[in-house]
Amino acid sequence: MKNTLKTLFALITIVVMSSFVNFGAGHGYHVGDIATDFKLDNIDGKKVSLSDYESAKGFIVVFTCNTCPYAVAYEDRIEALNKKYADLGYPVIAIMPNNTEVKPGDSMDAMRARAKAKGFTFPYLMDEGQKIYPQYGATKTPHVYILQKTKKGNQVKYIGAIDDNYQDASAVTKKYVEDAVDALLSGKEIKETQTRAIGCSIKV
Amino acid sequence: MKYVWILGVMLFFSCKDASEKEQLAVEKQSLETEISLEVYDFEGLQKFLNTTNDKTYVVNFWATWCAPCVKELPHFEKLNKNYSEAVEVILVSLDFPNKYETKLKPYIKNKNLQSKVIALNDVDSNTWIPKVDESWTGAIPATVIFNKNERKFYEKSFNYDELETEVKQFLK
Repeated sequence: MKNTLKTLFALITIVVMSSFVNFGAGHGYHVGDIATDFKLDNIDGKKVSLSDYESAKGFIVVFTCNTCPYAVAYEDRIEALNKKYADLGYPVIAIMPNNTEVKPGDSMDAMRARAKAKGFTFPYLMDEGQKIYPQYGATKTPHVYILQKTKKGNQVKYIGAIDDNYQDASAVTKKYVEDAVDALLSGKEIKETQTRAIGCSIKV
Repeated sequence: MKYVWILGVMLFFSCKDASEKEQLAVEKQSLETEISLEVYDFEGLQKFLNTTNDKTYVVNFWATWCAPCVKELPHFEKLNKNYSEAVEVILVSLDFPNKYETKLKPYIKNKNLQSKVIALNDVDSNTWIPKVDESWTGAIPATVIFNKNERKFYEKSFNYDELETEVKQFLK
């Protein structure tokens, strides 16, 4: 009887644990995890790492690309985030995670052209070899990870969408990323640490 | 004689005018009858995500701009055809509303899609995505297979064999 109870308890624990793990991205980081740094090629030919930003308080890491209509719909808003928050200590770091053989429109040349056309002021990095996005657990573009510098490293504070209206920036009612960064800047708790939006699956 | 000539010209023009109008009307009608697109918000979509009857439903979330979605569509079409009695495939397009006329409807027409195609237009995806499935991160393609007894969700691409294998488990 005791053994049966033990087994039952173990089973319940497993089920409860796995349901937690399954929330949001099944693999990769969860809020609270420490995110890996990287050294990736930027469109200007230089390498960029998070550790280069000595005075930053954290980062708005955005997995995005040229070819996804959702990502394109958010280009101006990603640029606006960088304009607003880079000086406040939370620069945007954009990473292009797609396999460029599957999506030639996301090649380094294409990224450079798009960044120039749109006047991006943030680094737009190539996830060469597609090593970084799986560690973060990004599944789609755009997919945002807000990191805060802590003694332990860059801690994940928010995962998800930029806001609640991909179609119309002027009709947005909830600015998830801005609300999260504002909360971090004022030392308050982030109300929504995880949100979801439709996006283009990352091309492997 | 002069009047006959004028009458002839008038007749000619009026005929041309009438036949053009007729042709336009026919074209318009055929477009409308061939592709009528039902558009829903998530509340409206929910009736397609539950059932009390004996069929198994395969609901696929896709968009014309989504390359892996478009690639797997023929498998869903084939499934819909091969299991027309027991299975119903519903293709839920997430194309942007401003692309319904220019991209989605022409795609449905050109590919001659036989499965039911509906469009979901609901920007508050953070609210409705977890209602489709708690594990869905929001990437497409994504598919729900369900009948009145069970339900499974897949955030992945299918080939035909994989899709058929999954569906068969619902038909036992």
